[in-house]
Amino acid sequence: MADGLYADGIAAGRLPGEDYEKNFADLHPPLDGHEARVEADRCYFCYDAPCMTACPTSIDIPMFIRQIATGNALGSAKTIFDQNILGGMCARVCPTETLCEEACVREEAEGKPVQIGRLQRFATDAAMQAQRQFYQRGAASGKTVAIVGAGPAGLACAHRLAMHGHAVTIYEAREKSGGLNEFGIAAYKTPDGFAQAEVYYVTAIGGITIERGKALGRDIALAELARAHDAVFLGMGLAGVNALRAEGEDVDGVENAVDYIAMLRQADDLGRLPIGRRVVVIGGGMTAIDAAVQARLLGAEEVTICYRRGQEQMNASQFEQDLAASKGVAIRHWLQPKRVIAENGRVTGIELEYTVLSNGRLAGTGETLTLKADQVFKAIGQSFDAAGLNGSGAAVALTGGRIQVDGEGRTSMPKVWAGGDCIAGGDDLTVSAVAQGRDGAESIHRALAG
Amino acid sequence: MADIRSVFAGIKSPNPFWLASAPPTDKAYNVERAYKAGWGGVVWKTLGEDGPPVVNVNGPRYGAIWGADRRLLGLNNIELITDRDLHLNLREIKQVKKNWPDRALVVSLMVPCEEQAWKAILPLVEETGADGVELNFGCPHGMSERGMGSAVGQVPDYVEMVVRWCKQTTRMPVITKLTPNITDIRQPARAAHRAGSDAVSLINTINSITGVNLDTFAPEPTIDGKGSHGGFCGPAVKPIALHMVSEIARDPETAGLPISGIGGITTWRDAAEFLALGAGNLQVCTAAMTYGFKVVQEMIEGLQNWMDAKGHASLDDVIGRAAPNLREWQHLNLNYVAKARIDQDMCIKCGRCHIACEDTSHQAITAMVDGKRHFEVMEEECVGCNLCVNVCPVDGCIDMVPLAAGTLDKRTGATVSADYANWTTHPNNPMAAAAK
Ligand SMILES: Cc1cc2nc3c(=O)[nH]c(=O)nc-3n(C[C@H](O)[C@H](O)[C@H](O)COP(=O)(O)OP(=O)(O)OC[C@H]3O[C@@H](n4cnc5c(N)ncnc54)[C@H](O)[C@@H]3O)c2cc1C
Ligand SMILES: Cc1cc2nc3c(=O)[nH]c(=O)nc-3n(C[C@H](O)[C@H](O)[C@H](O)COP(=O)(O)O)c2cc1C
Ligand code: SF4
Ligand code: SF4
Ligand code: SF4
Repeated sequence: MADGLYADGIAAGRLPGEDYEKNFADLHPPLDGHEARVEADRCYFCYDAPCMTACPTSIDIPMFIRQIATGNALGSAKTIFDQNILGGMCARVCPTETLCEEACVREEAEGKPVQIGRLQRFATDAAMQAQRQFYQRGAASGKTVAIVGAGPAGLACAHRLAMHGHAVTIYEAREKSGGLNEFGIAAYKTPDGFAQAEVYYVTAIGGITIERGKALGRDIALAELARAHDAVFLGMGLAGVNALRAEGEDVDGVENAVDYIAMLRQADDLGRLPIGRRVVVIGGGMTAIDAAVQARLLGAEEVTICYRRGQEQMNASQFEQDLAASKGVAIRHWLQPKRVIAENGRVTGIELEYTVLSNGRLAGTGETLTLKADQVFKAIGQSFDAAGLNGSGAAVALTGGRIQVDGEGRTSMPKVWAGGDCIAGGDDLTVSAVAQGRDGAESIHRALAG
Repeated sequence: MADIRSVFAGIKSPNPFWLASAPPTDKAYNVERAYKAGWGGVVWKTLGEDGPPVVNVNGPRYGAIWGADRRLLGLNNIELITDRDLHLNLREIKQVKKNWPDRALVVSLMVPCEEQAWKAILPLVEETGADGVELNFGCPHGMSERGMGSAVGQVPDYVEMVVRWCKQTTRMPVITKLTPNITDIRQPARAAHRAGSDAVSLINTINSITGVNLDTFAPEPTIDGKGSHGGFCGPAVKPIALHMVSEIARDPETAGLPISGIGGITTWRDAAEFLALGAGNLQVCTAAMTYGFKVVQEMIEGLQNWMDAKGHASLDDVIGRAAPNLREWQHLNLNYVAKARIDQDMCIKCGRCHIACEDTSHQAITAMVDGKRHFEVMEEECVGCNLCVNVCPVDGCIDMVPLAAGTLDKRTGATVSADYANWTTHPNNPMAAAAK
């Protein structure tokens, strides 16, 4: 049997050692000082800037760019952190092409927006490298707040609460903090241990304790947290994964994309991480793209994304789709999984059915197609796992399977707020989780002060 | 955090950034928006004498020059002093000062060059509770044709006379605003000082024409096919303004006279430079007119950040710090030798340094070495002029490296001396003082 690149089945070490480092290097390398000045010079300092409106955390983009232009990178970083304490991660992972940069007036003018994300990275890198802390813990209020989940929502909430002087304890199910920043985001968007460096930077304000390995529902109960603290913030993300609903999906080689990515993010040596020779990814969002691209970067020979609707309906942005294509991923539309084909309990292929939209409803045409596959990744969305709310589950109302909140992030249960992916009506972005965590903290602060 | 509270000619403001007398300060609406945005003070748009107000043209008042990406580099205007009723202005000034007691509010004035005219208007301003007056001897267009503005500012005797009238009449601090349209800026400053002016402010705008429409052969801005010269301001005038501020700052005759620095201030850096050369506070017009009042936040925050980084606790630690380093040419050290050095890793091989040096300077940069495109400084030819540094498109690619004392200057064949020696003692100077 062939080794390396052409090894059949699921195998590690498909590439020469040095290729891994090259493949997983920074997707958008940092701007150097000169590049940043030239790019900053392009900004018009717009009034009521559209880019700022498009940013879920409403960073004062014209101001921070002007500060870069005037050689004041640290001041620029503070402008960013004032609104978004995870501005470093957002600079790396935000789909700017559908957020600030899509709204930039230079996109309208010449199809070339100011590179806001990379400028944001320039400024935040400068402050983090200098270990410059801009905020101090507020005078102790005597109030304590429990946060569930140390992802972007929980961390942003904790930082803002600490600024207001409340003592925060974060309960985190995993052994490592950061949420999907640490376990989900594509490796090439946040290399070099940035997620942990950021957790350190954010919590350095003081007054924030993180209890790792403590899961709500397993080790602690919501009712108990609400009793013991003045307020609770739920930032638990989405722990569940949607099922394919394809026949025979419970065989070896059919995996959740998010679990595989988490494994990849934690791998010490990517050369020892097994990947299929022929990989099929089911889904049309960011996770599907990330799984597919990283599979290719690990040396998979054939990677195909199959999405049940058309290109326009894909959740992944055009930029993400182009990125996948540039890495040699094939994206096929109007195909839904029907049956997983297996031999000896291992996947060998997948049968898909063509689909059409008829009267606004998606329907199979009956015609099928079979693709060979050693590995199938399910990336058809995550779901909120409400089991953790047990004991008080009745009190926390859900909408569409996620936690229902009002305009301030309050749940139906007194003293309990929620934000990030786990709430209903969100858009599953890091930056939105940060905004909701921050705003939840402000709402909690108002409630505790009042 | 650095303390940037300012006291200028006895007038307090929470920061040294004032809006200069111009459209941004023409009425209560603008001024209150400016205060909200964080400006430390304003000089109200120039008021004229009682009676029917002046009128402005009803077409373009502004012309401009731009960089290639339409960045506004210089603005020219043919606007006059306020065209609103004097008493309306005075009522608004009184109300605004009442609403914003912690901000500076100075009133700019320009009335005919007659004692009675000045003595009539000053009590009216005093009555508003304003913090001071600024005498506009600067406006170079329109008003000057009527014997006011720069027509006064260009004659030091008139400046002295008017300032004297004002000082006799009012207890308010008097700031004299100078026109740059003059050969030696120290003359009107000295005149103002002699008459007891509490401070000077400069620069007002510079006589200019920003362009000519080549289809109609009319100067820009064009009013019905004709144009008029205007006053130039904005980033392009900063070097001229810096020089004029420094001239007054180091003039022994006006020592201690507070200077309000104006002209092209756009960023915190510009502001810090004016302060360093001796300005006690800053006035801004074009930057606000280009970007809105919010720009002041960048200036305030940037100035504080820089002061913090350098350990300057208050404005007094900065003001005038660069003035002693400004010398006459004849006092520069002729034994200081520097050579350009190109960082070959940064060089993108555009050849601009070579052609600038080859065609127009000292033939000190190679273009080709061993058949390869290669740009390198020949120390034996380099006079250290800095032209290549200025034309190189890559930041920091060419450095001017001083030669240490004791090393050989390959161009002159002399050893670099550690001693200071200037033109006054140089052997080629026919007037050289005998070496001691
Ligand atoms: C593969 C993938 C790629 C993505 N790429 C991008 C991207 O490029 N850009 C972007 O903007 N967004 C991206 N997203 C979305 C983004 O990661 C999320 O929107 C964001 O992380 C949500 O933050 P959060 O704090 O709500 O949840 P999470 O980041 O999921 O954090 C929740 C935390 O809660 C913990 N937790 C869960 N249950 C419990 C419990 N019962 N008790 C205690 N702790 C618990 C979890 O362990 C986790 O640490 C991606 C998502 C995925 C899955
Ligand atoms: C449109 C316009 C009108 C001005 N009107 C006045 C005025 O009424 N009185 C005055 O003293 N200066 C006036 N000025 C000059 C400014 O106060 C200021 O001295 C000059 O613009 C230089 O500063 P800047 O480079 O920041 O614009 C005016 C400038 C402009 C652009
Ligand atoms: S929209 Fe573009 S040009 Fe305007 S402020 Fe934002 S980044 Fe600058
Ligand atoms: S800036 Fe305002 S007043 Fe002036 S020409 Fe434009 S729209 Fe008219
Ligand atoms: S001008 Fe600068 S970049 Fe161009 S050749 Fe000279 S040193 Fe190199």
